[in-house]
Amino acid sequence: MSAVVAVPRRLQFAIDKLGVLIAAIATVASFLPFAAFRANRIVLGESKSIFAALPAWEATLLVLALFAAIAIALFRTPTLWRLWTSLVVLAILFIAVGHAASFLTPEGDRIARVSPGAGFWLLIFAFALLAADAIARLKLRPWTRIGALVGVAIFFAVLLGSGTLNDLSILREYFNRGDTFWREAQTHLALALGSLAAATVAGIPIGILCHRSDALRAPVLNVLNAIQTVPSIALFGLLIAPLAWVAANIPSASALGISGIGAAPAMVALFAYSLLPVVANTVVGLDNVPPAANDAAKGMGMTDRQRLLTVEFPLAFPVILTGIRIVLVQNIGLATIAALIGGGGFGVFVFQGVGQTAMDLVLLGAVPTVALAFAAAVVLDSIVEMVSPKDMRRD
Amino acid sequence: MSIGLIIRLVVLALLVAFIVTPESFAFVFQPLTRNGQPAIYTQNSLLNLTLSHLTIVAIATIAATLVAVGLAILVTRPFGAEFLPLSRSIANIGQTFPPVAVLALAVPVLGFGTAPTLVALFLYGLLPIFENALTGLTTLPPTVTEAARGVGMTDRQRLLDVELPLATPVILAGIRLSVVISVATATIGSTVAASTLGEVIIAGLLSNNLAFVAQGGLVVGVMAVLIYDALSALERILMARTGQRREIS
Amino acid sequence: MIEIEALTKDYLDLTVVDHVSMTVEDGELAVIVGTSGSGKTTLLRMINRLIEPTSGTVKIDGQDTRSEPAFELRRRIGYAIQGHGLFPHRTVGQNIATVPELLGWDKQKTAQRVDELLNLFQLDPAEFRDRLPSELSGGQQQRVGVARALAAEPKLLLMDEPYGALDPIIRSKAQSDLLAIQKRFGTTIVLVTHDMEEAIHLGTRIAVMDKGKLLQYAPPHEIIANPATPFVAELIGTGERPFRLLSLWKVRDLVEPGPAQGEPISADASLRDAYAECLWSGREMLPVIDESGALIGRIRRDDIAHKAERPQ
Repeated sequence: MSAVVAVPRRLQFAIDKLGVLIAAIATVASFLPFAAFRANRIVLGESKSIFAALPAWEATLLVLALFAAIAIALFRTPTLWRLWTSLVVLAILFIAVGHAASFLTPEGDRIARVSPGAGFWLLIFAFALLAADAIARLKLRPWTRIGALVGVAIFFAVLLGSGTLNDLSILREYFNRGDTFWREAQTHLALALGSLAAATVAGIPIGILCHRSDALRAPVLNVLNAIQTVPSIALFGLLIAPLAWVAANIPSASALGISGIGAAPAMVALFAYSLLPVVANTVVGLDNVPPAANDAAKGMGMTDRQRLLTVEFPLAFPVILTGIRIVLVQNIGLATIAALIGGGGFGVFVFQGVGQTAMDLVLLGAVPTVALAFAAAVVLDSIVEMVSPKDMRRD
Repeated sequence: MSIGLIIRLVVLALLVAFIVTPESFAFVFQPLTRNGQPAIYTQNSLLNLTLSHLTIVAIATIAATLVAVGLAILVTRPFGAEFLPLSRSIANIGQTFPPVAVLALAVPVLGFGTAPTLVALFLYGLLPIFENALTGLTTLPPTVTEAARGVGMTDRQRLLDVELPLATPVILAGIRLSVVISVATATIGSTVAASTLGEVIIAGLLSNNLAFVAQGGLVVGVMAVLIYDALSALERILMARTGQRREIS
Repeated sequence: MIEIEALTKDYLDLTVVDHVSMTVEDGELAVIVGTSGSGKTTLLRMINRLIEPTSGTVKIDGQDTRSEPAFELRRRIGYAIQGHGLFPHRTVGQNIATVPELLGWDKQKTAQRVDELLNLFQLDPAEFRDRLPSELSGGQQQRVGVARALAAEPKLLLMDEPYGALDPIIRSKAQSDLLAIQKRFGTTIVLVTHDMEEAIHLGTRIAVMDKGKLLQYAPPHEIIANPATPFVAELIGTGERPFRLLSLWKVRDLVEPGPAQGEPISADASLRDAYAECLWSGREMLPVIDESGALIGRIRRDDIAHKAERPQ
């Protein structure tokens, strides 16, 4: 059977099992509050249904669109239809929630907050499921996946740029701290990427050594494994003491910005966490090089170094890259914890938000973190697939 | 092996001793304090915090295991086969969500305390178990499943007598990953007022008392490593007992 | 007796097995032979309903196989496959006991049967009963696989390339074990192979399949002497025909009274082996001994050569 899903000539009016689930969730969600209105940031919200949250004609259109989409999900329709339907509905939902915010906010009110309600989130969930299912079935090629990701990014950039969402509570929080947001974003990326770069530079050589020396392999991997197991906040905390000592006792260290709390222990901890996937995948990648290829290389008179660079490393590369993918996604998530020890990053908003019971502020930190991790996963998965020769994929 | 076992027992004994009578170890943490700060966290007993921490992790993991294995069984039967591609990608995408984000997002829905932590641990713990259960149930040697049908086992007998026992070590590896993540996330749970060992660390960070940070970090870290180690050993035993030599990642 | 009538299996547009009809009498060893993709395994798996036919019927002892649930049918039919398919988490004894347990035999009877089969396959019960399959050699695993298939004393045994993964020496041992067991229990066997040599060696009847169709179903000598189609002839190998024919008879069939010189040959050896020995040692005739080693006569090279001529 070919990977391309053919569009059947005749539509079958059979019920799709997943469609039933999606239709059920979406139907329930349509009756749940679409948005919540609060007179200020911390009071309890009033729930607003779709018809209360939007002008009548817009609400009617939205409900009709949902109805059509539910029908398409419910029956066995061609996969491409399902994909486009879900994407269009998701886009409509985001525009609608922006309009709802503008509609519900009294003119000129800077204190009132309108946030998306449970119904909105559930609708997003239902149609994201539909999209995910269609994408999984279509088995998109790597470039198509990256293209789709860029398309989604452009959509949100345009949506945010156009000001449609400006009255939403999460963007209100953003406007209140625009400068901080981008500074913390920079810190977050610097922590995640910097530790990744350091771990790659250090980890690959360590991996090569472990592959070559059996005596080294077990102890090194066990230690790295144990480090990975230690909860992040504990590791961050445990590093404070030694780094504080370094800062106090080595004069040039504090000049470099090293201190007990802040970015330094966070960076060191993230680096330590990153080592295991890089080292372990390098070892596995090198172990998986077919013995015949190695034998042939030796037989042709390659030196160890030539063999490593021209045979072993290229063949192991996709596996090493998989390790880097794991590290990047993991670090983007873990960098949130750095905020607890004064290291900055999006975690600042998450923990401030938790502290002030301000959901919007939590979202301001959590949404970009999730989006970054998701984008990193999509891009790196695609690259891994591109660099893996077809006959080397062992699944 | 025996030396390894002795080291593990000694570490475990030290851990238990410290949790039960932390004051007797005050001299260890004294050097980390400044300006007469207390060396040992006493607002809450370390023993209670540890037990509460472990209980939260255990409840979340057991619930996650039941649900995840149940779902994996469902989508690997003919009835649920339509959900297989989707559930694979959900397990994959879901794991890109940072646990902290899941935790923080559970707060507005469930309020502060243990509940959001439990739910976050449960939700996040589902994914690795589900993914491994899927792997375990879909990568059984084809000759074995074929033979199970050929000798006349019913679907139910095949599942209970052949597929699940053979998939157990792989499922256990998923549970191990899930537990390790849960122990860590439960620590952060104290930022939303769950009663866990994270409380000690956070208290240390807030009052700038390195002794608190160190003792909380050590207890959690050592506990996580010991649990991970014990579960790995259990997997190896099960692997041998089920006559398999599959590599566990 | 198995009666297969117009059995057909379609996958979408592809017909894998196309209106195959054949009958296997009690106590026969029918071998289905063909290249990969010929539909031979599909045909076999339709007998115990591991694959449900698109159309056609299979009757065992006059009873339609669809008249009972598939799993109950399978418990009555032994099934052995390439790569043995032993359950890796169960001991050798538990593996063999699988079907008796499914059928609800009492523990003692099952245990007795397990030991009996282990002995039959030259595996000491005390030593092997509690081992895991992974602790056995390939040949031992294969024997346990066949023992498991025979555990509930099935009247019918289906075997799918059972010796495909074995090396030649262990394979020929396993083949003679199978013949001995069939003789002892009178089990009806249907065996699938791609190896014509094996088919001729084992089969009382051979079914040749190609592209889903049954080309010929006949006793081995008939297949060799009168291949129904060029494909069957090719599968036998034209240059091999006289020797394949010789392999069907034993020295016993051609022994005559009289003396001969040199190393004797066993009366149970095939004519093929005897002929080879004549050629190799440059002798016109060989002395023949029976299993007790007593001289019973001689066999002449010319008589053997005459047997290799195409039957009229």
